[in-house]
Amino acid sequence: MISAPPASAPTTGTVAAVELHQVSKHFGSMAALRGVSLNIAPGMVTMLLGENGAGKSTALRLIAGLAVPTRGTVAVFGQSEREEWKARLGYMPHASLLYEELGGLENLEYFAALYGIHSRPACRKAMEEVGLDPGLQRRVGQYSQGMRQRLSLARAVVHNPDLLLLDEPFSNVDAGSASHMAQRLAAMRDAGKSVIVVTHQPQVLDGVADEAVFLAEGRLADRCRWDAAAMQKFEAASLASRVKGVRIVSDSPRRHGGTEGQDVS
Amino acid sequence: MASLVQLTRIGLRKDLQLEWRSKDALNAMLFFGGLVVVIFSFVFQPTGDEAREIAGGLIWVAFLFAAVVAMNQTWARELRNQVLDAYRVSPASPNALFLSKALGNFVFVALLELLMAPLFVIFFNLRAIGPAWQLIPVALLGTWALVVNGTFFSALSIRTRSREMMLPLILFPISLPAVIAMVEATTTILSGEGSGPSWPGALAAYDVMFTTICLMLFGTVLSAE
Amino acid sequence: MKNKFTIFATLTFALMAYGLYQALAVAPTERTMGDVQRIFYIHVPSAWIGGLCLAVNFLASLVYLLQRNQPLGRKADALAVASAEVGVICATVVLVTGPIWAHKAWGVWWAWDLRLTTTLVLWLIYLAYLMLRRFSPAGNAPLLAAVLAVFSFADVPFVWFAIRFREYRGNHPKPVFGSEPGQGLHPAMLKAFLINLLSFTLFGILLVAVRYTLERARQELQERRLRIALDPEIRAAQEVTR
Repeated sequence: MISAPPASAPTTGTVAAVELHQVSKHFGSMAALRGVSLNIAPGMVTMLLGENGAGKSTALRLIAGLAVPTRGTVAVFGQSEREEWKARLGYMPHASLLYEELGGLENLEYFAALYGIHSRPACRKAMEEVGLDPGLQRRVGQYSQGMRQRLSLARAVVHNPDLLLLDEPFSNVDAGSASHMAQRLAAMRDAGKSVIVVTHQPQVLDGVADEAVFLAEGRLADRCRWDAAAMQKFEAASLASRVKGVRIVSDSPRRHGGTEGQDVS
Repeated sequence: MASLVQLTRIGLRKDLQLEWRSKDALNAMLFFGGLVVVIFSFVFQPTGDEAREIAGGLIWVAFLFAAVVAMNQTWARELRNQVLDAYRVSPASPNALFLSKALGNFVFVALLELLMAPLFVIFFNLRAIGPAWQLIPVALLGTWALVVNGTFFSALSIRTRSREMMLPLILFPISLPAVIAMVEATTTILSGEGSGPSWPGALAAYDVMFTTICLMLFGTVLSAE
Repeated sequence: MKNKFTIFATLTFALMAYGLYQALAVAPTERTMGDVQRIFYIHVPSAWIGGLCLAVNFLASLVYLLQRNQPLGRKADALAVASAEVGVICATVVLVTGPIWAHKAWGVWWAWDLRLTTTLVLWLIYLAYLMLRRFSPAGNAPLLAAVLAVFSFADVPFVWFAIRFREYRGNHPKPVFGSEPGQGLHPAMLKAFLINLLSFTLFGILLVAVRYTLERARQELQERRLRIALDPEIRAAQEVTR
């Protein structure tokens, strides 16, 4: 068991990057989130951990403004109207959100334009920062999974957002790409940005992540600072036994299919 | 306002580029359109005056069917890899997306008409008695009438369970008055018997009305879950 | 509430029975068309209710679009469904009774008549509306339907115009009121007609009210399920009793 000091309530004076207040979300009669309240301070890398179906992706979609909570409120940087924070938000979900018939740079230029950025150098720089060659002529349809994920990350950060949301960015990604992406996230945090990552592989973010938030069955189960000790304990006690206290699931959750939280939308 | 125009242009360019590279919609639409012309010419074997009387109806029905094939593709492109979500989280104006899609469809369907119209002329031995140049404004107005609502309704349809089937079910009844107007206008020109109300005027009114409604409601549809 | 409903329903049915009696037995037989003319006592009131329902549907949809996340919005949505369904039923009655009458009076089942054709097109449009509701996922149906309702209603003048100027044969009997004296309806016919108009209107309101209540109950049920799904204590209690 990780001892869980209630980590980092937002210090006075700063506005929380994300504030969920008693948020519930249901699809039909299936509840994905049940009364979750959560404050995330700005300038941190926060991991959202939990089993499949714990509501992680749903929480991310609510913060992204793609879904509306059934109950409760979502505020980002103190704003509850989503039009207010759209421009400050970067979102990288499970799907790549890229056009397969376009090249990498062409994709970035299109998505940058949605944020009013019409600058090829900025797009080239975004590609270089995730370790991709901007001169690459290949269409995205012919990219490897790791390259896609990196380009997807570049797409999510091309407008230099203040809050970045990522859903399983490291799944099916080679180690090189994963570490590239982790570095990019660390650089963003160091620039004062907030990052929220849903992941099954917290070890990739070892040394990068500041805190971990655990969801179980749509509820906030636990929350702690992410350090070496937490990491060790996380590996020792599997996630499932940790939050449920009964069932022991030892294998790492490889079976994650990628439709969680999106199937009903 | 400038950014709306600019975004629309960028979106349109992107769609044309995608279509040019994949040719999904164009191939299906062209083949389907050609099929319809051939089948119509087999089923009806009209001559002279008769052809002029019915050609207006047949042409527009053929265009309508082929346009549905094309418009079903519009949003399918955006659903792959869930690219639409990238637009939805961005601060870009929903109406720019709508306009670029509608204009893209307009280009596709107009292209289709350009290719199909000569086929009709050949198979039906058509020769207009009235002023043939007037067919151009009628075609432009009529195509926009089909495309503006079609683009909107296919955005509605992708939210339903039976995506491809839903579009014609909604589009055909609502488009009926526009189709009647196009057919009447075309027949009037082809047969040279011009009297009665101004059908192009009615079409223009239809276009203005529904373009306005589309722009007013598209944001709501796009931001819906 | 329940009492009021019973009284209202009883009155409506009594009036309908009386209206039917007036229409079938008391009103004189029309000189040229004969008994088939009596269809008019059902045909016209149905058309009237149908039109009324479409207007209600449009207004309710507008309210829904403006008040989406408010309780009022949910009520408006329930009213929109109810009026659309009743409207389609009324239009169906019009479309069935019209040709029966036309067959006798004009010798053909279907004439490309302005009013009848307009009704047919509107019937198609609102069938599409109901179809869209049916094929939408539960959470989306009200919004998509409300949006379509706006399009449908905006289409009505165009439908009318297109059919009016396309085939103007003028077969349909002109409205009989306000024509010059001496013409028009026999007083007994007028009486039967007015009674039927009233009783059908009441019946229409009754149908919409019943359907509305049903839809509200469905919403309430859904709401309750949701509350149970979200509330841990109720869930726990349920699991114990199971």
